Amino acid sequence: MTNQAETDLPVLSVRNVTIDTIPGGAKPIVRDISFDVRAGETVCVVGESGSGKSVTSMAMMGLLPKDALRVTGGQILLDGEDVLSVSEGRMRALRASKVSMVFQEPMTALNPVKTVGEQVDEVLRIHTKDSRAERRRKVLSMMERVHLPDVERIYRSYPHQLSGGQRQRIVIAMALILRPRLLLADEPTTALDVTTQKQILKLIKELQEEEGTAVVFVTHDFGVVSEIADRIVVMNRGDLVETGDCRQILSAPRQDYTRMLVSSVPSMQPRCAPLTDQPKVLEVVGLSKRYGKPGKSEVLAASDITFTVRKGEITGIIGESGSGKSTVARCVMRLTDPTEGAVVLQGQDIAPVRNLRAVRQKVQYIFQDPYRSLNPRRTIAQSLMEGLVNYGMPEREAREKAARTLELVNLPAAVMERYPHQFSGGQRQRIAIARAIVMEPDLLIADEAVSALDVSVQAQVLALFEDIRERTGISVLFITHDLRVAAQICNALVVMQKGCIVEQGATRDVLTNPSHPYTRALIDAAPAPDWDFQNFRPLPLAV
Amino acid sequence: MSSDTPAPEPQSQTLSLPEMEGGGASGLRAVLGGILSSWSARISAAVLLIIVLMSVFAPLVTSHDPIQLDPAIRLQPPSAAHLLGTDSYGRDMFARIVYGSRISLLVGAGTVIVALLFGMIIGVLTGYFRWVDAVLMRVMDGLMAIPGVLLAIALVAISGGTLVTVLVAIAVPEIPRVARMVRGVIMGVRNEPYVEAASVLGTGMWPMVWRHMLPNTVAPLIVQGTYIFAAAIMTESILSFLGAGIPPEIPSWGNMMADGRLYFLLKPELIFFPGVMVSLTVLSVNMLGDVLRDRLDPRMAKRL
Repeated sequence: MTNQAETDLPVLSVRNVTIDTIPGGAKPIVRDISFDVRAGETVCVVGESGSGKSVTSMAMMGLLPKDALRVTGGQILLDGEDVLSVSEGRMRALRASKVSMVFQEPMTALNPVKTVGEQVDEVLRIHTKDSRAERRRKVLSMMERVHLPDVERIYRSYPHQLSGGQRQRIVIAMALILRPRLLLADEPTTALDVTTQKQILKLIKELQEEEGTAVVFVTHDFGVVSEIADRIVVMNRGDLVETGDCRQILSAPRQDYTRMLVSSVPSMQPRCAPLTDQPKVLEVVGLSKRYGKPGKSEVLAASDITFTVRKGEITGIIGESGSGKSTVARCVMRLTDPTEGAVVLQGQDIAPVRNLRAVRQKVQYIFQDPYRSLNPRRTIAQSLMEGLVNYGMPEREAREKAARTLELVNLPAAVMERYPHQFSGGQRQRIAIARAIVMEPDLLIADEAVSALDVSVQAQVLALFEDIRERTGISVLFITHDLRVAAQICNALVVMQKGCIVEQGATRDVLTNPSHPYTRALIDAAPAPDWDFQNFRPLPLAV
Repeated sequence: MSSDTPAPEPQSQTLSLPEMEGGGASGLRAVLGGILSSWSARISAAVLLIIVLMSVFAPLVTSHDPIQLDPAIRLQPPSAAHLLGTDSYGRDMFARIVYGSRISLLVGAGTVIVALLFGMIIGVLTGYFRWVDAVLMRVMDGLMAIPGVLLAIALVAISGGTLVTVLVAIAVPEIPRVARMVRGVIMGVRNEPYVEAASVLGTGMWPMVWRHMLPNTVAPLIVQGTYIFAAAIMTESILSFLGAGIPPEIPSWGNMMADGRLYFLLKPELIFFPGVMVSLTVLSVNMLGDVLRDRLDPRMAKRL
């Protein structure tokens, strides 16, 4: 623990930092950023993509790509030493001993051909004079401190033999083994499932309290922020918008941008009532999907899945990675062939249908990544008209219909002749949605359709789904890992774990009164479940 | 969704659409225009342009007949009447080089067309259908195992040496390489979300290949095409030099070198001039190909 005198001096002091591209652009990409981080304090740098939050954290580590970006002004003081003016050698010494970093994707941060033990050991080998036996003892004890089980075995394991959460623990062990004064964490839990995320956040907090480490936590997720932040730095397009302590930002943000950002975070409060009197559009009965040969190498991706979607209903399939939720969606779409079971669409079982053309018109699919689901070489008009023309609509009529549909997703028809790269992620997702609904399907499958989007854009796209449902009475099967998103728009929920449905029912019932321990664990793991972001206040206690 | 959907309300949130810039389709055009900014590409392009013009306007470039024998003036040194002298049959060397460029360019272009066309068909089939892949790619592996020149000599020996058979013989060994490349691209994009998205929209196999898959092969095929072009000119020269190529009466640079071989110690220019032409052409095409590759595939350029 640090004493009082030390905590008064900031560990990290970012002063008027400006970062520009090489050669300089019209406007620097990070402009005049200043904030302090004290020992034992967690400062969250929050912003949407392109806000400059990652670039700023790279600058603190002296890791800006030399031929592309440089700091053109300001100071970054680490215990009073300006990391922008020190030599390469000194910077190397500072890294790991005074400042270290945890990255988003632990798989790429680790060397795949060395055991994780060796990799943690390497940090000690380079920066200390400890003997081999001493280092090994330290590595194993650090692994225990990050709560890895069976550390002797893990020491000898390769990264691919560990789970995502375990890998991130290793990366944290590497970062903290030299007891740095400052830990930079750049979206360290974004690639992890919620339950794992909760554990990792708890771990960082715990180690930080033991060591008095200052933590800069870069994230886009306000749920995470509200769990761990002491203070918050809000960035937008390279500018520092607002700083303040956690409670103040969440309950009384001063700037409009911050208000917009915070209120875009969906609350965990279920909003949509179940629909029970509508006809069934989709019935999935006993659906299973097995990969591999029966017996030894068989993998059960989905097993005995049964649920229904009614007209005008948004049914959510919730689950963590590997739960089989996407497999189910792909089976319904027949992008994957189910091993057994029936997929009854408007009274017709489409599981055994061989001619998929007739089926495809009735079900449409929206993919997760709007950057890859639109052919970059085709104009928006070509993409939107493709399906209509495939089913025999004359080109002129298809074009008119495409234009009308674009307006339905709030894009002007004038953009028809442009190419996907001219649009932002949110706009592309709107285009992808337009491409699906222009076919007038009975059922729309949205596979993590808002997961790749920034929160403010996500809020707009969710509103768009609501709007389209209202206008067209379409049914939606909404696949997501995010309970908050599900709470916002789903009438009913299906919770999946390891290929099986563990619970299903009206969103209201599932979220407020979960019957299965896994559902409860998911709800508990969701960060800040009790904060109503839209209204800047705690949620009224659930009944 | 009914067609009489009311028009949406005036948009509450303003859309910030980026400025209209060059679209994706004109990207390739921009690259092709952009390559001329490099000096090596400019020089290569200029050399090639001269050679192409020379072959097209051959009768205007020289008044001599490239195949007319005149034993009275055999093996003459360069003079005003015969710019590069005459060969062992008294034929004008300059005229033969000018007309020879026709053969080289024809063989180069023909090989590129044949190799790309068949390579593309095989690549698409093997990339799209797994069972075709298992069969056809083994055949391709077999073809690749035989050295190209050897295979070409064998093909010419079987079918006799005419321009067409030589062209096919040179093209066949190139097909597996093109097929592999196209197959790789097709397999790579087969699981791209936009291809799945098109299949969700009911797009059939051939429109799928044509609209969504083949455009991805254009850039690598252009680059590959330049290398095949250069290699074909080389192989034609080798075949002609070995006497397994184009009939000897047709003026080709390879044939000229083969003819000059006997008098090499006496008259080295008989081999030197056609040799320089082959080198210049091949070098220019290769350099142009390198610049193209750097532009079309920047990742590869960094690695090299």
